[in-house]
Amino acid sequence: MTAVEEKPTRLISGPGMLLVWFYGVMVVGAVSRSAYQIATDFQRAPLAYSLSAVAGLVYGFITYTLIRGGETARRAALVCCAAELAGVLIVGTWTLVDRSAFPDATVWSDYGMGYIFIPVLLPLSAMYWLRKARNTVTP
Amino acid sequence: MLNALTLVTGVAALLLAAWCGWAAYRDQPTKDWHFIGMAVVSLLAVVQLVVGIVQLARGEKPDQGTTIFVAYLLGAFACVPAAGFMSLAERTRWGSVTVAAGGVVLAVLEVRLYDIWGG
Repeated sequence: MTAVEEKPTRLISGPGMLLVWFYGVMVVGAVSRSAYQIATDFQRAPLAYSLSAVAGLVYGFITYTLIRGGETARRAALVCCAAELAGVLIVGTWTLVDRSAFPDATVWSDYGMGYIFIPVLLPLSAMYWLRKARNTVTP
Repeated sequence: MLNALTLVTGVAALLLAAWCGWAAYRDQPTKDWHFIGMAVVSLLAVVQLVVGIVQLARGEKPDQGTTIFVAYLLGAFACVPAAGFMSLAERTRWGSVTVAAGGVVLAVLEVRLYDIWGG
């Protein structure tokens, strides 16, 4: 049946569901945190708060692609996870090297230590899962 | 009152996490009993939300600000039901893992709520 073939790849079956949960939590955490900080006290640490907001947007996009499924979404999610991992590593190193640039913490400070290192573990497991999902897909 | 409730909810969340973690370990999806457990934890979170708002209405102030306090109360309230619905959509052990993760997240939120309210 063609209907079966046209159905987009489900990215949220099995471990994917757990990923969606964690990404969802990170979306709520990063977006609400940065929204509150930008609204109340943006001058104090503009760079840190903007970075948190960007992180929230990236998380939101990845969550959306995971739920949407399909090959294009899978590729987009992979790219975003790579960007996210790069962000965590760059910002994490940056916060350690130049503390004065960050008067307040971001989601990605110290490689996400304030979030039990979930920010650095999540993209790794997501990329592993997304790469594995490709093998199960027959186009 | 609120701190006691925070403690109870946090412990209940960890118990739920362990229980669903056990189900995942035994390769089982969440069952009716698990959902009853989730309902109990969610109910505690609702009571906490109501008590928290009543405390605010009485004029008490959280240490770290009212907005953050209410945001965390709402997050704690939504946490387990959201994970529960996701485990309904995923009828494998991974649904159980998701609820277990939800319980852990709620426990972390309760620790933060304790700090925000100010012991």
